[in-house]
Amino acid sequence: MVENIEKHQYDVVVIGAGGAGLRAAIEARLAGKKTAIISKSLFGKAHTVMAEGGAAAAMGNVNSNDNWMVHFRDTMRGGKFLNNFRMAELHAKEAPDRIWELETYGALFDRTKDGKISQRNFGGHEYPRLAHVGDRTGLELIRTLQQKIVSLQQEDKKEFGDYEARIRVFAETTITELLLDDSDGTARVAGAFGYYRETGGFVLFEAPAIVLATGGVGKSYKVTSNSWEYTGDGHALALRTGATLINMEFLQFHPTGMVWPPSVKGILVTESVRGDGGILKNSDGKRFMFDYVPDVFRKQYAETPEEADRWYTDPDNNRRPPELLPRDEVARAINSEVKAGRGTKAGGVYLDIASRLPAASILKKLPSMYHQFKELADVDITKEPMEVGPTCHYVMGGVEVDPDTQATRVAGLYAAGEVSGGMHGSNRLGGNSLSDLLVFGKRAGEFAAAYEGELTKRPAVKTADLEAAVETALAPLQRAGGENPYTLHHELQQVMGDLVGIIRRQGELQESLGRLAELRERVSKVGATGGRKYNPGWHLALDLRNMLLVSECTAKAALEREESRGGHTREDFPKMDPKWRQVNLVCSASPAGEVDLVHQPVPTMRPELLDLFEKSELAKYMTEEELA
Amino acid sequence: MTVRQFKVWRGDSAGGQLVNYDVDVNEGEVVLDVIHRLQATQEPDLACRWNCKAGKCGSCSMEIDGMPRLACMTRMSTFEENASVTITPLRTFPVIRDLVTDVTFNYVKARETPAFAPPKDVAPGDYRMQQVDVDRSQEFRKCIECFLCQNTCHVVRDHEENKTAFSGPRFFIRAAELDMHPLDARSDRKEYAQKEQGLGYCNITKCCTEVCPEHIKITDNAIIPMKERVVDRRYDPLVRLGRKILRRDQLEQEAVAVTTLHQAHPTPQPDGAAPINWHRELAPPMGADVDDKGHLPLNELLSDRVGANSPFGDDVEFPVDPTKLNYYHPEQKH
Ligand SMILES: Cc1cc2nc3c(=O)[nH]c(=O)nc-3n(C[C@H](O)[C@H](O)[C@H](O)COP(=O)(O)OP(=O)(O)OC[C@H]3O[C@@H](n4cnc5c(N)ncnc54)[C@H](O)[C@@H]3O)c2cc1C
Ligand code: SF4
Ligand code: SF4
Ligand code: FES
Repeated sequence: MVENIEKHQYDVVVIGAGGAGLRAAIEARLAGKKTAIISKSLFGKAHTVMAEGGAAAAMGNVNSNDNWMVHFRDTMRGGKFLNNFRMAELHAKEAPDRIWELETYGALFDRTKDGKISQRNFGGHEYPRLAHVGDRTGLELIRTLQQKIVSLQQEDKKEFGDYEARIRVFAETTITELLLDDSDGTARVAGAFGYYRETGGFVLFEAPAIVLATGGVGKSYKVTSNSWEYTGDGHALALRTGATLINMEFLQFHPTGMVWPPSVKGILVTESVRGDGGILKNSDGKRFMFDYVPDVFRKQYAETPEEADRWYTDPDNNRRPPELLPRDEVARAINSEVKAGRGTKAGGVYLDIASRLPAASILKKLPSMYHQFKELADVDITKEPMEVGPTCHYVMGGVEVDPDTQATRVAGLYAAGEVSGGMHGSNRLGGNSLSDLLVFGKRAGEFAAAYEGELTKRPAVKTADLEAAVETALAPLQRAGGENPYTLHHELQQVMGDLVGIIRRQGELQESLGRLAELRERVSKVGATGGRKYNPGWHLALDLRNMLLVSECTAKAALEREESRGGHTREDFPKMDPKWRQVNLVCSASPAGEVDLVHQPVPTMRPELLDLFEKSELAKYMTEEELA
Repeated sequence: MTVRQFKVWRGDSAGGQLVNYDVDVNEGEVVLDVIHRLQATQEPDLACRWNCKAGKCGSCSMEIDGMPRLACMTRMSTFEENASVTITPLRTFPVIRDLVTDVTFNYVKARETPAFAPPKDVAPGDYRMQQVDVDRSQEFRKCIECFLCQNTCHVVRDHEENKTAFSGPRFFIRAAELDMHPLDARSDRKEYAQKEQGLGYCNITKCCTEVCPEHIKITDNAIIPMKERVVDRRYDPLVRLGRKILRRDQLEQEAVAVTTLHQAHPTPQPDGAAPINWHRELAPPMGADVDDKGHLPLNELLSDRVGANSPFGDDVEFPVDPTKLNYYHPEQKH
């Protein structure tokens, strides 16, 4: 082979430097393992910095009635009982310790009057539960973990004279392939292969235990709050090594994210804009929500604009405006208007608060919205309407893991954070992600380290696999005349946004599978111009196949699940179906890259956990046989 | 939509130049949108860092018309309608390619800054702090590590040679944050900042504060308070007297154990020997200046004094000032 490949040996390699990855690495290092952290962007920039609201943990600082059982109940309800109950249980039990531990690393949360960590209210949580730092909780979390890693490095420097003796960060390094050793009959993880973004040079990490913590998949969608990193790399790496994904049909969309101007595309507009009087209009200027009130809601919602407008001041004698219908109804309505050609050029509708309230009250009620749009986009929401549409925000689905150890089906491969699946069921509660990262990041690190400790022989990377990985990585550069990766990316986003978006229909989903297959053909011929040094075109060309593979899983699972639940809405099957609650859809990939989908029963909750719920509530989710 | 002219620096460590581009610009766009369009339509390999596109991650730092800024927070509407916009990489850090620079310097300095020292006997979950007490440190924890302040500070901008000794404003606020942390167990953050981080090099020009996208009052709220106490201890006139041969930069950098004359009386000694003042704190001898590798200058041309360095420390002048000694000199007046 002509390529010169840099080689490193570690006990545990963590792919991803967000909350989950950093927490896993800390745990592996504390267990005495030589640990590497790998990240596509610089250290401390992972997506976790964007989280605003807070981290949910039942510490009971603000309301002492809160405890893990209440938190567990809320999480299961939020996920519509499709959650892996054991993960939800562990999460609720361990989250407070994980948060308190951050204080010993130097975190400074906002405080209550008696000096404890303050907790705020959030949708779906019964008590104030989110530990927070203003609206930058994610930044605090990642910085704290980053600084903890530095402090561990300082300890190592003292002991061994080298900061990087036992824990090292490889920033701006992308993993493109996981390599296996199956010489003793079971497939075991042997290493991770990738490139340095800076130089384009290749690197191989030989390690018997690997933790995936690569985050989500949002970049497959046109309108998303996610960054360029979210190309579903971890999901795809897991599939290609023989691990499985579950719940991929469940994506969290926010009905009103900005679609225009581009500088704020994907940024969320809080629901309270509608609660405070904001109305939705199509490009004809029509307040269209009155046409979309489903029969079951007829009694509670106003029929005329006059009545709706009276509700804001006199809610007792008037019915609610239809803009306040549940999220998925609003999203469905916006979606239908746009598809009927009555949307704006950017593919959204107008959310108008400017003509509804005096500027001064908008400023008073929505100060942060006002400032965000003023500063980022020079849009004055007191003067002009906003352009909004459904925005892709979070993927509930992910790598199937053992709830206690975070181990995947491949020996030595672990997954934690947004890339893993099961914990949130069909829908995630706000604030449950940051705590999920800490709880399961720690567990993944702990069990990956334990697995490494028990091995008697280090698995070895096969030269043929390594050569194949090099070839795949270099291929786009050798097809300089190939198709433009940016164009392909744009088309993929178009397909996913239009056909596998927030509201799904059988016909469109079938069409999407055809379109994705065509794209797969084209992606295999993608080209990149320029050299290997920091070449974003090349990087995107390599990410495309991951996005595509993961998108196929989502489309297939969405077509299969004939019901609506949480983050999956089928227009042709608008109701939740207790039979489907018993089913997880599990995706795997054949060596040729074909996605295969099977049904698998959802684990049955232990009786003492079931007893935490009222029978009448369970009846909404479960079949009669289950309740008997 | 209008077509606007951009000059973008293209090249790598070997050199480069400004390249002209005409790019479509839509209403309401920021500079980063334009760079993305340039990548998608004309230059797929144009290198640029970004992540959040919402001013939260601090990745997209660059110089726009010479001003250090976040590209995702710089609206196109802030420029003159028909002026061209010049985009260059951060100047203080070595270029990797196009708009991407090697910011390792900052991570090296971060690693050298002593971490939070948890209080010994407080269990996790038992930390109690009042909001007013954490407010000050929280301001500094807003930092998104965009390194614009580091890039702007004249101490290292165009002065590669100062980089070893100077950590820069980002890490002064880190030291200040820990200094003001109600439960941090270390008490030498200020001294450390002065001695090891090169706080003394800062002459409070406030340029760092000006460019900070998080509007952290770096100079007023961190640097000045950090300097103040250190300065208090230092400007004892007697101390200055004893150390007049120190060079300016040494004076500014050194901070620990500054000598002060104590009120305590000398202890009488038996057999009529001169009494000794055991309470006097000794000024630690100052070592000679060493280079990056810890070596002394090789020849006299580079050294700041003639001849070999003194084994007693270069700041010790002979004959030694009797008032500075740890025994009771008969001529000593008090
Ligand atoms: C706008 C916004 C607001 C949010 N607010 C909240 C909130 O208030 N509360 C809450 O709980 N959650 C919130 N979330 C969700 C939460 O932030 C994320 O789910 C969570 O941060 C994901 O963390 P992670 O550790 O799994 O991955 P990330 O933090 O996304 O990190 C992924 C890491 O993997 C690396 N990586 C990816 N692919 C590769 C590869 N191929 N090779 C090497 N490295 C790779 C990346 O570089 C990165 O370091 C929010 C999300 C968004 C977008
Ligand atoms: S105030 Fe000090 S740290 Fe800030 S730019 Fe000026 S010299 Fe540098
Ligand atoms: S202090 Fe301000 S300018 Fe400096 S790195 Fe932090 S956010 Fe950027
Ligand atoms: S892209 Fe994150 S600050 Fe600009």
